[in-house]
Amino acid sequence: MVFVKQVPDTKNISGEAMTPEGTVNRAALPAIFNPEDLNALELGLQLKEKYNFKVIVATMGPPNASEVLREALYRGADEAILITDRAFAGADTLATSYALSCCVKSIGNVELILCGRQAIDGDTAQVGPQLAEKLNIPQIAYVEEVIDASGKSIKARRAIEGGYEILESPLPTLLTVIDANEPRPASAKGIMKYKKAKTRSEVAKQLRDADYTEAAVLAEKETILRSKNLWIHEWDAAKINADVNRIGLKGSPTKVKKIESVVLKAGKVVSIEPSEAGINGLIRELIEDHTLG
Amino acid sequence: MSTRGNVWIFIEQEGGKIAEVSLELVCKATELAKRLGTKSEAVILGDKLDGKFDVLFHYGCSTVYQIEDKALEPFTVLPYAQALVKLLKQHKPNILLFGATLKGRELGPRVASEMLCGLTADCTDLQIDDFEDKINKANYKDKLMQIRPAFGGNIIATIVNTWEDPQMVTVREGVMKLTTPDTSKKGKIVKITPELSPETKVMKVIERVRKPKSVDLKKASIIVSGGYGVGTKENFKLVEQLAEALGGQVAASRAAVDAGWINHDYQVGQTGVTVRPKLYIACGISGSVQHVAGMNESAKIIAINSDPEAPIFSVAHYGIVGELNDVIPKIIKAFKAKV
Repeated sequence: MVFVKQVPDTKNISGEAMTPEGTVNRAALPAIFNPEDLNALELGLQLKEKYNFKVIVATMGPPNASEVLREALYRGADEAILITDRAFAGADTLATSYALSCCVKSIGNVELILCGRQAIDGDTAQVGPQLAEKLNIPQIAYVEEVIDASGKSIKARRAIEGGYEILESPLPTLLTVIDANEPRPASAKGIMKYKKAKTRSEVAKQLRDADYTEAAVLAEKETILRSKNLWIHEWDAAKINADVNRIGLKGSPTKVKKIESVVLKAGKVVSIEPSEAGINGLIRELIEDHTLG
Repeated sequence: MSTRGNVWIFIEQEGGKIAEVSLELVCKATELAKRLGTKSEAVILGDKLDGKFDVLFHYGCSTVYQIEDKALEPFTVLPYAQALVKLLKQHKPNILLFGATLKGRELGPRVASEMLCGLTADCTDLQIDDFEDKINKANYKDKLMQIRPAFGGNIIATIVNTWEDPQMVTVREGVMKLTTPDTSKKGKIVKITPELSPETKVMKVIERVRKPKSVDLKKASIIVSGGYGVGTKENFKLVEQLAEALGGQVAASRAAVDAGWINHDYQVGQTGVTVRPKLYIACGISGSVQHVAGMNESAKIIAINSDPEAPIFSVAHYGIVGELNDVIPKIIKAFKAKV
């Protein structure tokens, strides 16, 4: 099972992405597949090819996060689950990992969980280890590659400070994966087939737009999509038996007191001419104030 | 006033050697404890720790909890988490600090999840202040303000943990300053043998390879750093020559590391090392917030870039708009002529 996240592309923040008040305008940022989650998916797909695992991809997010699930299907995932409910909104890492643990429990029989090490919007790297704790299973963080997963345990190589180690852990285990493999691109065949994959809400909207409102039409459409493996499961808090007091804002111990945008210190920069005279003057100044020499 | 717990630091050790970040945190914890009228206490885990941890007292700890067990060496997350959780439940510290290292960021979340505590990752500043939760109409006195960059470093958020103590954070390496140690200070060592359950011992370390870091950027007083604007691996030699000429250390931005011109040990910035040398020369570095976060406390910053609009100039003290292969030789020549 691979957990992924749709994130705003924080690495490419342009001027338009900041509001006049200096906060980040999420809507103006392109939403992308979190990079290290692609590494986790790649590892999952490699294990599928080698050891015959079935790969289920899940994400928690707003309804349009289904896009990353389709992208996972394009690459070869077998099944996709969108965990979505307004009640999940405002979750910190503790509430998020609790919700994800409910999802795993409602599937049952999950042998291996893969997550990217961290998401580029929060950079916390906390959800993976917290999910492992919630499920009471071991975790191996910062995995570079899996060496063996043929038996009842998994052997993986992972980064440690100044080197690496090889750990063996009994299944089920959770791995957090770092940027150490080359995620495969979406296959053309995969895109052709799975661009039609939809969640119930998406199908319902499509039908509404076409003025079909009968529940029977939706049910029929669901049967068709399911038979072609084009059905993206859409699960809410009730479906995964999540305790409402432990999800969303209510289930989050951390509160945000304030947010400030980073204003680079508009210091007084002394402009130095790139001429010999200009540079000689600068070096003299730095030697005199004992910065140099 | 109700009795408040102390300020704790998780001390990271490798082969009995304490990590630099842990000492930085002892200094910060001691400052926070003083503000709160409590004590700073350290907890260190391992096997056959030789007890040469006086340095923790010198930086201000009053007590060191020393937890020893065969299963705690080398580090694996399950026994560490269990031993730590037991001790936290027993002593109820008010605050617990971890270094935002690989170990700290693996262990912290596991412990916070079990304790049902909040945890804020990768803090760059910590303060004590009151907090008014307007939504839930609750007031909290003397809480830990957990300050961290988010959204790729584009915003700075202040986070508060409103549930049960401890208030837990991981803190970025190199941002908290070391104070002057007082070698006359002494403290109490409390030795603990944890009773670890068999489930914590299911993971095996099969192989462990560590190489010392090729460089310690934090100790360098002059850093010459190259970015994507350097252009090629060949050109990167210019940056190295400048560093060598000035008796400084070469470093790089993430873009230069990603381009393969130099290895990650040399990377300055949010995903690299935080430095504060006497002099930082940024060569062909545009100045992304991620990079600036790792170097803007340098005493003097010189930026060399051919683009006069590069954001690096807004944090620099001296700006030179020009081509590196013209400017760098001139600096080397000027310096050699003066010294």
